[in-house]
Amino acid sequence: MASVASPNRPELVCPAGTPAALRSAVDAGADCVYVGFRDETNARNFPGLNFNRKELAEGIAYAHERGAKVLVAINTFPRAGQPEIWHQAVADAAKLKADAAILADIGLIEHAHRAHPELRLHLSVQAAASNPDAIRFYAERFGVRRVVLPRVLTVQEIAAVNARIAPVETEVFVFGGLCVMAEGRCALSSYATGQSPNMNGVCSPAGEVRYTETSQGITSELGGFTINKFAHDEPAGYPTLCKGRFIAKDKASYLFEEPTSLNTLSMLPDLVKAGVTAFKIEGRQRGRAYVAAVVQAFRAGVDAVMAGKPLPDIDLDRITEGGKQTTGAYEKAWR
Amino acid sequence: MPAEAGARRLRDNPMTKLTLGPVLFNWKPETLRDFYFRMADESCVDSVHVGEVVCSKRTPFFEPFIPEIVERLAAAGKEVVLSSLALIMSDREMAQARDLAQSDGIMVEANDISVAALMQGRPFVAGPLLNVYNEGTLATLRSMGAVRVCLPAELSADAVAALAASTPMEVEIQAFGRLPLAISARCYAARARNLSKDGCQYVCADDPDGMAVETLDEVPFLAVNGTQTMSYHAMDLLGDVAGLAARGIGRFRLWPQTFDMVAVAALFRAVLAGKAGVEEAEDRLATLCPGAEFANGYIHGRPGHLFIEAGD
Repeated sequence: MASVASPNRPELVCPAGTPAALRSAVDAGADCVYVGFRDETNARNFPGLNFNRKELAEGIAYAHERGAKVLVAINTFPRAGQPEIWHQAVADAAKLKADAAILADIGLIEHAHRAHPELRLHLSVQAAASNPDAIRFYAERFGVRRVVLPRVLTVQEIAAVNARIAPVETEVFVFGGLCVMAEGRCALSSYATGQSPNMNGVCSPAGEVRYTETSQGITSELGGFTINKFAHDEPAGYPTLCKGRFIAKDKASYLFEEPTSLNTLSMLPDLVKAGVTAFKIEGRQRGRAYVAAVVQAFRAGVDAVMAGKPLPDIDLDRITEGGKQTTGAYEKAWR
Repeated sequence: MPAEAGARRLRDNPMTKLTLGPVLFNWKPETLRDFYFRMADESCVDSVHVGEVVCSKRTPFFEPFIPEIVERLAAAGKEVVLSSLALIMSDREMAQARDLAQSDGIMVEANDISVAALMQGRPFVAGPLLNVYNEGTLATLRSMGAVRVCLPAELSADAVAALAASTPMEVEIQAFGRLPLAISARCYAARARNLSKDGCQYVCADDPDGMAVETLDEVPFLAVNGTQTMSYHAMDLLGDVAGLAARGIGRFRLWPQTFDMVAVAALFRAVLAGKAGVEEAEDRLATLCPGAEFANGYIHGRPGHLFIEAGD
């Protein structure tokens, strides 16, 4: 049975892109599951993914019966003149008794705060609140209770933030795909393809991806731009724009970031010490087997830290992007 | 025809203004000072932004020059706006933001929401690096003291027109120069040279218009300005500004590059006044910006890197 988060027991917040993944996450020990509606109101607006209203109601019932919470991500930025589907998403999250809505747009947060005062509000990573002044603004003006921190801060900086924003809670990403740009402040995808996380809930959208076979191997493209080239014996990775190889100063390199996944299992004790309330796993686009494996690993990790035991040695290599892992911005050297 | 249409529209919108955005690049302080002095003395822009937006490590070098720059610009009749950092993380950066928010008698541009909050209701400009996509956010910012908003680059003409129609605030859009597309904690100018951000040696100064980033097929794509990633192509809305002015956009921002910005501003002014045709102005712009490639895709609702010819 999942308990309420406390300084002694951080919540494990797990992704679910489908009802099956939601059940897998809850069964594997998730304290919270986060989901989105099947439209452009959330930042994982991918074909075949996400929940309709009935599925959400059933998912919430399944989770609540097992002591877990469901958070609904409504974290894109409403279109000018057409806020209706975003307002409806917030209204439905409140009506279906989601445990919180995760929002990014200031106007939408103001709307939710006014129209649904009973709905607990979390600030999405897409709002990129990177300092105590920004966080206090969202808390004081809109009653935001928890902030998902952008992946730009070191563990030391996270501890300093937490010391200044109580009782506002922080949630940090501990595993999965990672943005190397401040989240919600990146228009690279729309520059290449016309579609962006902020406007459309997609980054490097699949419809703009092309793989071309050449005599040297495979070229991956996004919006007509070459993002990477692979030899015949190399696996051709997905062309996420910021994980591509580019030429700068006459040198080809992974200029922004290598194809890699965040994995902070080894840093859990430090993150607990830094006062983080919740640990978030990325991957609503992933299958239930992935979700189950990662949730189990982090459940064991968090429980070990709380019991004062050594961290379990769990190898997550086989499910990370390109088999590579990083602790990202949590360590200063990453910058 | 376009020139005549432009002139006709302009009579309806005689107050269209030009803003010179803050210099986003790491130019030598003396270069910056001379640049701003020339803009004060010779340019036709109405407002000039000053201040470091991208990297707080650059601030100490430029800061001592700011008072004389502000004085010279104000004496020339320019509205001066102090722009804030875009990504505020450290105590030093927060202290800088607090000082900025206390600026007396001078307009401030908030490029991080914390700066907007720190204004505590006093007038400010909501910068293009805030996420402003809809009427609700405009209304909230206005209630916080915003009097002008420069919209994000990725919005289409329909979106910016809808937003302009919804608010009494002055609405500005980005009309010229490499576009700021992303900001990061990591410095890619340093990373490209195998340096860390802490030991960066200020190598971003080597590329006064940003470091060109090409695909593996050597197709120009992006530009790196330290922790900021920009478009390779310079935004060019010469062909769009008259129509946008007619749809209620009252102000256009020109991002400084090493080109002759006095001449670039004059060109936009001439097109807005109907004194120059778009075709002729585009030719002149290409001459003023040797080696530059241009884009206007976003305003046409297309990928940002594209250039859509008028009438397409």
